[in-house]
Amino acid sequence: MGATRSTAGATGPTAGAALKDATAIAGIGQTPFAKRLPESEKTLACRAILAALDDAGIAPSEVDAFASYTMEETDEVEVAKAIGAGEVTFFSKVGYGGGGSCATVAHLAAAVATGQASVGVAWRSRKRGSGPRPWTNTRAQLPTPAQWTRPYGLLRPADEIGLLARRYMHEYGATRDHFFNVALACRNRANQNPAAIMYDRPLTREMYMTARWISEPLCLFDNCLETDGALACVVVSAERARDCRQRPVYVHSAAQGLPAQHHGMVNYWNDDPLTGPSWTAARRLWETADFGPQDVDVAQIYDAFTPLIPLSLEGYGFCARGEGAAFTEGGALEIGGRLPLNTGGGGLSEAYVHGFNLITEGVRQLRGTGTAQVPGATTCLVTAGEGVPTSALLLRS
Amino acid sequence: MTQTDTTADATTGATTDTTTGTPADPTADPTTAASGGGEGSDGLLAPVPDEDGSPFFAYAARGELRVQCCADCGEPRFPPRPCCPHCQSFDCLWKRMSGRGRIWSYVLPHPPLLPAYAEQAPYNVVLVELADAPRIRLVGNLVATADAALNSVPPERIRIGAPVKAAFHATDGRLTVVRWLLERP
Ligand SMILES: [Zn+2]
Repeated sequence: MGATRSTAGATGPTAGAALKDATAIAGIGQTPFAKRLPESEKTLACRAILAALDDAGIAPSEVDAFASYTMEETDEVEVAKAIGAGEVTFFSKVGYGGGGSCATVAHLAAAVATGQASVGVAWRSRKRGSGPRPWTNTRAQLPTPAQWTRPYGLLRPADEIGLLARRYMHEYGATRDHFFNVALACRNRANQNPAAIMYDRPLTREMYMTARWISEPLCLFDNCLETDGALACVVVSAERARDCRQRPVYVHSAAQGLPAQHHGMVNYWNDDPLTGPSWTAARRLWETADFGPQDVDVAQIYDAFTPLIPLSLEGYGFCARGEGAAFTEGGALEIGGRLPLNTGGGGLSEAYVHGFNLITEGVRQLRGTGTAQVPGATTCLVTAGEGVPTSALLLRS
Repeated sequence: MTQTDTTADATTGATTDTTTGTPADPTADPTTAASGGGEGSDGLLAPVPDEDGSPFFAYAARGELRVQCCADCGEPRFPPRPCCPHCQSFDCLWKRMSGRGRIWSYVLPHPPLLPAYAEQAPYNVVLVELADAPRIRLVGNLVATADAALNSVPPERIRIGAPVKAAFHATDGRLTVVRWLLERP
């Protein structure tokens, strides 16, 4: 194992360096976010993609690459013919749901950097607010690893993460106040973002502490929203991006992570369940980057549940193991803090669209157009779902 | 989740149970050793074992907690799978555990939940670390007796590190699951 890992490390930088700043996100687009939207997922997907292409100033007929991630109901075939794409030479669908958000950009970046395509589109369209919740389809999931968890009442992602959160609290003295810090930072940013579902709904500690439980130790405000909406972004070569309408946001580093002996979202069966996929993705991410965690100006960290933030802060190296909860103290995650977090409001308070809004918000921050702009931000970490096989991006302006 | 589905599953479970009886060697015929399915008449979900996991439930039906181990290097592994991640051997045996363990973590789900679970909510789900193989952790429920409700132990009695012992509950789906009792009730 050790030998394998060091070999990978030796060859890694060379491979990763080929990707470094070779491509850029040239356009972003989105639909409104709401609990209930009348249009279909396919329609929403097309609207977001066309908006992103328009933002970049690139014609739909030039699109020759698509990337999406699982639990996406609209196939690239549908999208390509609907928007009027030309001949498509690259398409990719990344597994494990929310862990795939950043990987879509990574796959497009790799395709463009290696000449397999020239204009790539990644998107996410979801009707999670008005559609069925995936965990209610338990019958289909049972003859799977869920045989070891579902029958005992570990039914929803909140239950699965709640189990990890309880252990994390026990081991490191994390408290509900720490989780509240995360929820509050996201809500405060949403309160600055007119597109956010929680734009006009401030959160207080009192509201948090008296909220109903979803899965103790997680309460209502520890859980992401359920949202209808779609987003997209356009990836082109760095050279091409410099001629596009918007200031390019370069894909500086990208990584996926599936740790040894990892197991889905119920990652209880390896040596150390509190060291999740973010640790694996982070090692690779930093290996190929020109800067480190201390140089990140703003972070967009996947927040389906508040405890994922301290776990990710540790995984991506912003603090040591066990220090993630304490890191959230003293307004560290607020604008002006040590690491401004989820500046559009994140999955907790802007929209839960499987983390794609974290990518578009990262782009806005580096364009200098965030609704809660971090002054002079030039570097941004974006992460995908922690707890599942994951992915991450380092973006720079 | 229709009533028809439930009935069909219960029937399948019953048939399998009677034809299989108590297998002398559950690993010899893992596909028929234990097939649960869907939900029982109590509405709780019964496990649907796959080929690798089936022996676990067949042994549980005999009141034995066994874990898949490598026949060559002896390393236990969970969830069950075709080969050993340490030495890549495809030979395995199912080693009997003492049934003792400790609570590694727990969670208390509240609604919205599937109806049968909502009725018992808040109930507990525990993750138990086995005394004989600390890296093997099993998801289960802490209950007052093997057949008691999922909420039969008051939440204030549950703590991380508490010693527990295995108990065996035949589900309405006719498949036996492992549950947990406090060593010091
Ligand atoms: Zn072995």
